[in-house]
Amino acid sequence: MASIATRDAYGEALAELGAVNENIVVLEADLSKSTKTSDFKKVYPERFFNMGIAEQNMIGTAAGFAAAGKTPFASTFAVFAAGRAYDQIRNSIAYPNLNVKIAATHAGLTVGEDGGSHQMLEDIALMRALPNMTVIVPADGIETKQVIKAAAELEGPVYIRLGRPKVPVLFGDDYKFEIGKGVVLKEGTDVTLIGTGIMVSKAMEAAELLAAEGISAAVVNISTIKPLDAELIIAQAQKTGAVVTCEEHTICGGLGSAVAEVLVENCPVPMARVGVEDKFGESGLPDELLEKYGLSASNIAAKAKAVIAKK
Amino acid sequence: MNEEMLKEQAKQIRRDIVNMVGAAKSGHPGGSLSAAEILTYLYFEEMNVKPEEPKWADRDRFVLSKGHAAPVLYATLAHRGFFPVEELGTLRKLGSHLQGHPDMKKVPGVDMSTGSLGTGVSTAVGMALACQLDKKENYVYTVLGDGEIQEGQVWEAAMSAAHYKLDNLIAFVDNNGLQIDGNIDDVLSPNPIDAKFVAFGWHVQVIDGHDFQQIADAVKAAKAAKGQPSAIIAKTVKGKGVSFMENQAGWHGSAPNAEQIAQAMEDLK
Repeated sequence: MASIATRDAYGEALAELGAVNENIVVLEADLSKSTKTSDFKKVYPERFFNMGIAEQNMIGTAAGFAAAGKTPFASTFAVFAAGRAYDQIRNSIAYPNLNVKIAATHAGLTVGEDGGSHQMLEDIALMRALPNMTVIVPADGIETKQVIKAAAELEGPVYIRLGRPKVPVLFGDDYKFEIGKGVVLKEGTDVTLIGTGIMVSKAMEAAELLAAEGISAAVVNISTIKPLDAELIIAQAQKTGAVVTCEEHTICGGLGSAVAEVLVENCPVPMARVGVEDKFGESGLPDELLEKYGLSASNIAAKAKAVIAKK
Repeated sequence: MNEEMLKEQAKQIRRDIVNMVGAAKSGHPGGSLSAAEILTYLYFEEMNVKPEEPKWADRDRFVLSKGHAAPVLYATLAHRGFFPVEELGTLRKLGSHLQGHPDMKKVPGVDMSTGSLGTGVSTAVGMALACQLDKKENYVYTVLGDGEIQEGQVWEAAMSAAHYKLDNLIAFVDNNGLQIDGNIDDVLSPNPIDAKFVAFGWHVQVIDGHDFQQIADAVKAAKAAKGQPSAIIAKTVKGKGVSFMENQAGWHGSAPNAEQIAQAMEDLK
């Protein structure tokens, strides 16, 4: 199976966007080769602004660009964007509802060897709590490119969560991403596995494990965490009667919490959340960490069987 | 406007500040009164704005980085014609567009929402960069508090403004010497302020922030300084013009009662 890192797709998408949209400017905090904003810098250096290791000022500067009519994309690692510059995102972007796109790379455990200080596991929770903010976690490179273009067309703040490692390509070239719409990747009748980001491909693997045991699992990709596709989530819960959420994020406040909020009020069904269980990460290889923290196809399958048993 | 008219305008703005904060029973009079001449000069003499078209793309822009001084900004904008002066009495009340801190989505003429200290100056940097990129000839002005510059973000912004040679950015520091907990030197000294901005690569002037001629000369000199941003350190008096508020840190964030308002109106005749 082909694979591409979502950050690589981001760099490509930015450079393509730069050609058709002269309004786009890109801000960076000394990580351009890692976040891939260097792809944009190569072709449009006059619209690229390296703001140095000063994320708070970068985010505030992006807000100023937006107030003056530009469409800024600001990038750094997720831990520095949503964490270090939270106040600036809140007060200078979300509160005045300014048209800034925050593309945060190296989110989650798969940062790997850099360890827990750099593994951002709570950014979805922080960003989705902000009024006016749209939060998107693409599942693969194909979706990422469309997300970047859709974000540029949307008037308002968008947080886009991207990853470091290569991830399997799930979508064909005919895929059409739409902000706020989830996608059923595989139909099923016994349980619905709802994934976001890199955990969508793990959910697909889990569905295969379950199929081998005669269990029919549906798989849904929820790339837009906010606004959440409540209609699809409720329909799937009604259809299958059990739900497992899968995210490379703490189980406190992320996709699992968002889905639980919708289901509890509309269609309570047995549910489990696969994610990091209220812990910080540690150094290790990405695949080792995903396994250790339970972000694996086998754990998703085990949780699926447990929720089916509660029906 | 001649200097006498500017002085009269600033005095009217001061009366409005006291009345607004008094009616709201909360707010920040001290640091609003200290910045009255700076804002009066900018909006009535210097800045190219169209009150009838507040979002005009080629306007000069203003960011009140010390957002708690909202009363001086609102009074100035109202008298400049951005919205009716009568609305000033609604400050901080439920349903009013005059929020406790400036909200660009609600108030015509407010170019940036501020209040969390240190954030405004970065947004001014972004505006100045956007204007530079578009080769526009307008200017971006910001007013910082001397307590506010304790925020690290201010110095990130200062570094970036000099790096990008933002000679279309002019920052005033309202140097009234006081913050909520007392004298800035006792709380956490930002001094020497001028030398810090010089070290960060800015064109720096120190003036009397209540003297219109000095403000005018400083803005002229700032515009003449090419290739670097300008800081104008304006020595001011917190609570200026109201006898019992002058140089009193206690009037940073408290409202006068009816008797005190009457005394203030007497002082500001």
